Amino acid sequence: MGEAAIKIKVGKKSLFKNKVMELLPDGGNLNACLTCGACSSGCPATGLRDMDPRKFLRMAALGMDEEILSSEWAWMCTMCQRCIYVCPMEINIPQLIFYTRQSWPRETRPKGILGSCDAALTNKSGSAMGTPPDDFEFVVGDVLEEYQEAQPEFADMEAPIDKEGAEFFINQNSREPVTEPDEMVPLWKILHKAGVSWTYGSKGWGGENYCMFLADDDAWKHLATQTLNQADKLKCKTYLNTE
Amino acid sequence: MKIKFTVQDPCQIVRKSYGDPIADDLRFVVKSVVGEENFIDMTPNKSNNFCCGGGGGFLQAGYKEERLAYGKIKDDQIKATGADYCIAACHNCHAQIHELSEHYGSNYPVVHIWTLLCLSLGILGPNEREYLGDDLKGVNVFHPETEL
Repeated sequence: MGEAAIKIKVGKKSLFKNKVMELLPDGGNLNACLTCGACSSGCPATGLRDMDPRKFLRMAALGMDEEILSSEWAWMCTMCQRCIYVCPMEINIPQLIFYTRQSWPRETRPKGILGSCDAALTNKSGSAMGTPPDDFEFVVGDVLEEYQEAQPEFADMEAPIDKEGAEFFINQNSREPVTEPDEMVPLWKILHKAGVSWTYGSKGWGGENYCMFLADDDAWKHLATQTLNQADKLKCKTYLNTE
Repeated sequence: MKIKFTVQDPCQIVRKSYGDPIADDLRFVVKSVVGEENFIDMTPNKSNNFCCGGGGGFLQAGYKEERLAYGKIKDDQIKATGADYCIAACHNCHAQIHELSEHYGSNYPVVHIWTLLCLSLGILGPNEREYLGDDLKGVNVFHPETEL
């Protein structure tokens, strides 16, 4: 015996799916599902909360908006895009998930993601740990000096902040400067050995962008713009996002 | 030393941005550093690889049990290679796979690629080896006298 059939209210429209289709190029192909299951068979989130990508999409198609919009599964899908990669119809399930996240009132979204986004908005660093620019500059300078002395072969090594005209603008995940600063050094050494002209920015140096994961478009844009503006201001040719 | 390495393809860099060509570049770097004969690819790989479960904000979402369940497929994949180390080229992947390795009791070290690059160049100091296993911790240490 299989599970009992789910009864769908007659005439119910899939408002949510249609709304998402209006936002996506080609409607994200959300009406093109062949129900083959290639997405679900290769999705590591299949089975969590009794959900999988195909089921999510089918439920959206059937107008079961309440059920999918309230499912915590939207926060367990990592939007890794493997489903769309293997899908013969290139159905954009990850974007459906993104807009599902966005449908949650902001304050009800997972606290950890929300807190990381809000922390990044507290100052000009864009760091999910809320680390202010001054702290970042201090740690980088301190660690650099320490290594220049301890390893004289790297006495000329740089870890510049706001170096105008550098080729590469590089961002930095907050975890290193905040909790394991020695881990910043190997990257500096590689850049030094390769003779690369690079710089961090005092503004927008934080590499992680939890506002994107939070599906807060305005805050996401704010953080990305803050970083890009700094790279532009310094006339850097290439922005290297290490995240 | 015959230590074997596999590498995780970061979804963000590979499938979502530059595709297989950059996955090939990543393998070129990894093989140059550890030696071709010491590299074992996982299956599936490159654009077809699985997400480790560290992406999309999952690391901070609070659903720890579900995140570890999500990652089991990655841990199984790594174990199936028989490699001693997993190399992570992404920060989120590193954190997640490191936790998977401990949680599922496999205890393979998970290393940033910058660590291995510097180790192979002979410029990796004693305090830059947090994620190396015991087999490599004491190998070719740059300025060992500066150990803290």
